[in-house]
Amino acid sequence: MGWQLVRFWTLLVYTFMFLPVAVVVLLSFNASQFGSFPMTGFSFRWFIELAQNEAILRAFRTSIVLGLMTAVISTTLGVLASLALVRYRVPGANMISTLLIAPILVPEVVLAVALLLFLNFLNVNKSFTLLLAGHVIFTLPFVILVVQARLVGIKRDVEEAAMSLGASPRQTFFQITLPLMMPAVAAGALFAFTISFDDITGTLFWKPGGVETVPTQIFAMLRNSISPEINALGTVMILLTVGLPLLGLAIARRMSTKRGG
Amino acid sequence: MTVEAREARQPWILLSPALSAVALLLFVPLIFIVVYSFWLRSAAGADQVGFYLDNWQEALSDPFYRDILLNTLKIAAITTLVCALMGYPAAYFIARSSGNKAVLLLLLMLPFWISYIIRTMSWINILGVSGAFNSALMAVGILDEPVQMLYNETTVILGLVHFLLPFMVLNVFVSLDGIDRNLEDAANSLGATKWQAFTQVTLPLSLPGLAAGGLLCFVLGAGTYITPLVLGGPTDAMFANLVYEAIITQLNWPLGSALSLMLLAVLGALVLIYNRYLGMAQLMKGLG
Repeated sequence: MGWQLVRFWTLLVYTFMFLPVAVVVLLSFNASQFGSFPMTGFSFRWFIELAQNEAILRAFRTSIVLGLMTAVISTTLGVLASLALVRYRVPGANMISTLLIAPILVPEVVLAVALLLFLNFLNVNKSFTLLLAGHVIFTLPFVILVVQARLVGIKRDVEEAAMSLGASPRQTFFQITLPLMMPAVAAGALFAFTISFDDITGTLFWKPGGVETVPTQIFAMLRNSISPEINALGTVMILLTVGLPLLGLAIARRMSTKRGG
Repeated sequence: MTVEAREARQPWILLSPALSAVALLLFVPLIFIVVYSFWLRSAAGADQVGFYLDNWQEALSDPFYRDILLNTLKIAAITTLVCALMGYPAAYFIARSSGNKAVLLLLLMLPFWISYIIRTMSWINILGVSGAFNSALMAVGILDEPVQMLYNETTVILGLVHFLLPFMVLNVFVSLDGIDRNLEDAANSLGATKWQAFTQVTLPLSLPGLAAGGLLCFVLGAGTYITPLVLGGPTDAMFANLVYEAIITQLNWPLGSALSLMLLAVLGALVLIYNRYLGMAQLMKGLG
């Protein structure tokens, strides 16, 4: 009996999580003028209008460039730091770990204000640079956590075997360690990209006037009323942000099984 | 240089880019806004450099700020409680299910990947004047006219729960999944009922996960300003909204600094208390 209740409750929780999202997708195909019920028919017109909306396309380009650059920088910093923490006996490792994940322990609004005011003091105004710096600093902890968790799983035996067979440390790193690390690196980069792509809290503080990322563009559009275009944009975002990590996961799994890691 | 010395230096070379980034882009800026909070906003031109207590006096004594701070903590507390009540049984189900745990967990994590702003605005489609609820209620004749169900404190909490629930479920799941199931069986064989075994064995052992999830829900909930802007009414501002107003709208950066630091102090105190009693390790498990 109790178990049935738990099962039913869980079903309700899943419904609660998915219903609003499902409605966004459903309404994005609504033929009606308005972004609301009733559904008057099935249509792709809002996706077509979306593809012709210059402001939204610009926001997409900004978000993608920002996300990619964030992912590259954040993953580089994160992988190096994780290697140090996992592979070496560093004095004060716990303290260092805490320092490195501090950006997610500080409320994002506070981080946003501090970075904005400090960089402004250094004459770096609201700009793409500020936006990038902000995105790097708050994605870094996630990259470190994800990469560290995967790195622990790589056995040192393989590296030692390579070394004992005469490989130099450099050769060992590039031919053994790096390929084994690739799933971890990919997971970290994907995480950084997705978090950057989705961010609005810090972005609203850092973005220069006139520059919009996809989330801030949606936010600005919400000020008027909820148009069917927003639902269509939402559907595209859902496909991107859910599809990409799933794809990444699949690739990572494939790579790790192929390499037997 | 000896091999040992080089070996000892290597990790620091690897760590230095990340550590300098965190120092330069987080710690120095935080110290900077402490200084900035003692400056003074001037009507025109640059803010006045100096040591003025005006901003702190305003932030700490004005009942307007105090009331909103208390209300923010209240909203965060209710959100956390609702997340725990909804999330615990779901996490328990996933951890104890005989089906495919990975798929069940992945399903619940999917919304976590879906854009925060999309998930927040999606409630307008459900509860808005022409949303799903109103349409359904009018179609079956319960309502004659659409009712505005949005833009109040309840919908702010609803939006926050929808945003934060996956954090709770994940943390509780990690904790429950690590409990040896033989313990429950042992309790049962010693005469405990299923319910007793749960409340006296499983629940206490899963408290660290519940606490980690609770901390995340509370801190993330109390620091938000987007959800109240999208799903709240004009009187539902949370403390982070005040920060946003001061910094972006009024351009009163010294006051904005003081307000940010107040929020940091309150939420930071919670993190420190948590760290003192439970340690950060549990939190890392849930996040990684």
